[in-house]
Amino acid sequence: MTAIRPGSPPGPALATGGFRHHDVLDLDDFALDEIELVFHTADGMKDVLGRDIKKAPALRGKSVVTLFYEASTRTRMSFELAGKALSADVLNLTASASSVTKGESLVDTVKTIEAMGVDVIVIRHSSSGAPYLAARVVEPAVINAGDGWHAHPTQALLDMYTIRERFGSLDGLKIAIVGDILHSRVARSNVWGLAKVGAAVTLCGPPTLLPSQWGGVTDTNGHQDGLPPPRITFDLEDALDGADVVMALRLQQERQEGGLLPSLGEYIARYQITPERLGWAKPGALLMHPGPVNEGVELSSDVVRGVQSVIDRQVASGLAVRMALLYLIAGGPQ
Amino acid sequence: MREKRILNGDDIRRALTRIAHEVLERNRGSDGMVVLGIRSRGVDLAERLGALIRHVESAGSRVEVGALDISLYRDDLSRRPLRPEVGATRLPGNLSGRTVLLVDDVLFTGRTVRAALDAITDFGRPRSIQLAVLVDRGHRELPIRADYVGKNLPTSLAEEVVVRLTETDGADEVVLLTPEKVAQ
Repeated sequence: MTAIRPGSPPGPALATGGFRHHDVLDLDDFALDEIELVFHTADGMKDVLGRDIKKAPALRGKSVVTLFYEASTRTRMSFELAGKALSADVLNLTASASSVTKGESLVDTVKTIEAMGVDVIVIRHSSSGAPYLAARVVEPAVINAGDGWHAHPTQALLDMYTIRERFGSLDGLKIAIVGDILHSRVARSNVWGLAKVGAAVTLCGPPTLLPSQWGGVTDTNGHQDGLPPPRITFDLEDALDGADVVMALRLQQERQEGGLLPSLGEYIARYQITPERLGWAKPGALLMHPGPVNEGVELSSDVVRGVQSVIDRQVASGLAVRMALLYLIAGGPQ
Repeated sequence: MREKRILNGDDIRRALTRIAHEVLERNRGSDGMVVLGIRSRGVDLAERLGALIRHVESAGSRVEVGALDISLYRDDLSRRPLRPEVGATRLPGNLSGRTVLLVDDVLFTGRTVRAALDAITDFGRPRSIQLAVLVDRGHRELPIRADYVGKNLPTSLAEEVVVRLTETDGADEVVLLTPEKVAQ
C-alpha cells in the first residue's frame, strides 16, 4: 500500500501576479517570484518527461519557430523537443538555409514568421540585442536562445534549476564560474539570475578574459542595480575554495587567435579543472558546463565523466525548463 | 457575499464513510483499485477515502492512492489570463487493467473531469474509471456524471461552493457563497 502525500502548498503563481513576461530576453528584469514559478512549473514538466507517453496537450494548436543564425545542437533540440512534448507545432529555420542568404534582414524574417501566425519565436543570433529588436517589431513572444556575448537566459535558468535539484535551494550557495567570462553570454545571464536567488558568485579566468568590473549602478551598499556584484579573481584556487558549484565555460578557439591568450597550454596549466583542483571546492561540489565541452581544455576528460559532473543533468533540466517557459508564455491568451 | 454552511466536519466524515462503503459494495472489494485525487483538494479527499476503504476492508485491502495534475490538459488554457499552476502527478505504478476511483471536491461543469480522463489515458488503459465527488452543484456542460456523491447541492451560477479541508485550510467544511443581490 502506497500512500502518497500530495504536498501541494499554495504555489508561487497564485501567491503573486504569476508570470508577467511577454518575452524571455534576459534574467535582469525577472523578479524572484517569476524565477521560482519557472522552477515550480519545470517540476511538473519533469513529471511529464518521466512518463511512458511524454506528451501533454497544453500547447495544441500553438506554433513555435526556432530561428538560429548560429550553430547549436542542444539548445535547438531542447526547444524543439520541449515544444513537441507540449503538443505545439515546431518549425526549425536555419539562417544558412533560408532567404537570409539572399540578404533578408532579421526584421523581414521575423515579420514573415509573424505573418504566418506563429506564437513563439526562439532566436539565436551572433549580434547582441538581436532578440530585443525582434521583440520590438513583432507580436509573437520572443525567446532569446543566445545573443552574441550578451545573454542566454534559458541556459542560466536550466543551470540554476540543476543546482536547485541537488541542493533544494540556491540561497547562500557559493558558485564559481571559470573561463572566458568576458565573451560569455552564459556567465552574464547566470550572474543576474544567481544574484537574484541569493547565491554568491565568483568569476575567475585569465585577466584578458575577465571584465575589470561588473557593470551596473552602484549604490551606497556597494550593490549594483540592487544586487551584490560578483567577486572577481584571477586565482583559481581562491575562486574554488569552499565552492558548492564549479561552472566551467567553453573556451573558444578564436580567443587565442585574437591574441587574448598567449597559448592554449598556458590556459590549461592555470585554469583547466582537473580532479585535484576540483578538490579545492567543497566535497561533493557540482561540476557544470553549458556544453559543448572542449575536453582537455577547460575540463580534463576524467572530470567530465566524473561523479561530480552534472553535465548530463543540465541537458535533461534544459528540456523541463524550456517546456515551463513555453507553457508560461504561450499557454494562455496573448 | 452571504455565507451558508452546507456541511460541517462530521457531515463530511459521514459522507466519505458512506462513499467508501458504496465503492466497496459496487466493486466487491478494492483489489487493484487506485484512488486518484485531482489536485489539490481532491488529493486530500482521496487520501481520506483510501484510508476509509482500508479501514472498512480490515482484511488487508491493497488500495493505493495517487495524485493527478490536470493543468496541462485543460480546454480553457487559451481563455484564462493566468496560467493554471502545473503540479506533479504521482501515480502508484501503471494504471492499465486497474479500477481507478477519480476523486474531486466539487463537480460543476465537468470540464475538470474531462481533462482528468484525458490525463489518465496518457498513463495507460484502466479497466474502469469511476468518479466520486464531495459536492455535486449541477450546471454540467459535458455529458459527465458522478458515481458517488457526498451531497447534491442545487446552486445558481452566481453562487460559489467552497470546500475547506483540514489539510490545507485548517478545518473541514463546505460553504455556499451567495452574492447579496441574488440572496434578496
